[in-house]
Amino acid sequence: MLYLHSLGAYFLMIFEMFRKPTKWKVMKQLVLKDIDDLIIGSIGIVAFISFFVGGVISIQTALNIDSPLIPKYLVGFATRQSILLEFAPTFMSIIMAGKVGSFITSSIGTMRVTEQIDALEVMGINSLNYLVFPKFIALLLYPFVISIAMFLGILGGMAACVFGGFSSLEVYVTGIQTDFETFHVIYAFIKTLTFAFLLATIPSYHGYYMKGGALEVGKASTTSFVWTSVTIIILNFFLTQMLLS
Amino acid sequence: MIEVTNLQKSFGDVKVLKGINTTFHKGKTNLIIGQSGSGKTVFLKCLLGLFDYEEGSIAYDGKIFSKLSEAEKRNMRAEIGMVFQGSALFDSMTIEQNVMFPLQMFTKQSKSEMRDRVDFVLKRVNLDGAHKKMPSEASGGMQKRVAIARAIVNKPKYLFCDEPNSGLDPKTAIVIDNLIQEITDEYQITTVMNSHDMNSVMEIGEKIVFLRNGLKAWEGSKDTIFKTDNEVVTDFVYSSNLFKKVRKMYNEEH
Repeated sequence: MLYLHSLGAYFLMIFEMFRKPTKWKVMKQLVLKDIDDLIIGSIGIVAFISFFVGGVISIQTALNIDSPLIPKYLVGFATRQSILLEFAPTFMSIIMAGKVGSFITSSIGTMRVTEQIDALEVMGINSLNYLVFPKFIALLLYPFVISIAMFLGILGGMAACVFGGFSSLEVYVTGIQTDFETFHVIYAFIKTLTFAFLLATIPSYHGYYMKGGALEVGKASTTSFVWTSVTIIILNFFLTQMLLS
Repeated sequence: MIEVTNLQKSFGDVKVLKGINTTFHKGKTNLIIGQSGSGKTVFLKCLLGLFDYEEGSIAYDGKIFSKLSEAEKRNMRAEIGMVFQGSALFDSMTIEQNVMFPLQMFTKQSKSEMRDRVDFVLKRVNLDGAHKKMPSEASGGMQKRVAIARAIVNKPKYLFCDEPNSGLDPKTAIVIDNLIQEITDEYQITTVMNSHDMNSVMEIGEKIVFLRNGLKAWEGSKDTIFKTDNEVVTDFVYSSNLFKKVRKMYNEEH
């Protein structure tokens, strides 16, 4: 019953988020600030993780190819597929649920605790539009972050493969070009945009409707991370089923 | 003027407000006092429209708030200023941006007009030169003055203050109280203030509503509160040792 109530409240929040829009002049500033906080501020950690995880995928694949019948370019092929289809869109989104999601929940939650949201409401401002909508718009640029993750993941795989002596650069490049399907990129970006919506709204929900003090802000951040991750994993399954099978 | 008629509010089975009738007058500082848990904050939040209530009505200059359309409510809210207990300043904005915020949201003024108004209001609350500070860099007293400046910048008709001097030293608390009274008088605002501080009552209580267990137990002013025979009120007023001693000395002298 509680879950149903929360689900209903979540969808009402989304509906409310699009009502009574804030003045564009003010909204523009909020969107730019959120792009800086959520997108630009995440590029560093995304680049770092992608590069090294790409390297690990490449090494693991190379080490597990024992048979001389399996061509060496499979390392590049497997790295590309892993990163393009799952690592960049899905697992990077779970990492972002920790980084961006916690930030959103704790910042909105703190505003709730310190009565800043009440102050907005008293002034007659639609606080959900003011607080959540700019985050939603900012996260529409999330595919840009995932593109960087894809590129650097494949680059990290190449660096590990070539400098680790598992294969030559030409063979790796042949691998990443083998059986390339454009739809796989489209599939990855459909998932990315879906997860971007979840990343903006689920943490906002947990921050906006939290009750209590500073301790509850911490708890809400943890809960929001858990629910965002769970929802991403479940939706990942259904989107893959719908789009690829 | 704000007229409250038979206001009732419950949380689940607990009745917090049990039928309050009172009137808050224009150009006066109206105080709601009472012990913690007496329903002061809930009453104030009902007045502000932050809480829905089950029974009764609240009329702002004859307009019943709950019967207004969404657009009318929004317009009405633009006429309300609020000073929260914890100031509720926006952390990510400077003091100047905090004060300018209502102007940006509700007026079509140019940037220079807004700056002039912010300068004027900050000067009025004795915060000239604090424009670029962040709220975290300001003291408790300064934060309260910024909150007052933000509340009055858009020339509101109604000003609500939730325990504006809680957590402040007595001297700063008096400065804040006097500032609220001066502003109320100067701009002829209907001010409603929550407090359990007897110093505030003595300083600025032009009209006082005493709440107890969700009911109006007494109504009067700073001149009549010390003369009342109402035991509930005298019990509250003389609960501090300082006031007990003052009363004892007064009785001995007379």
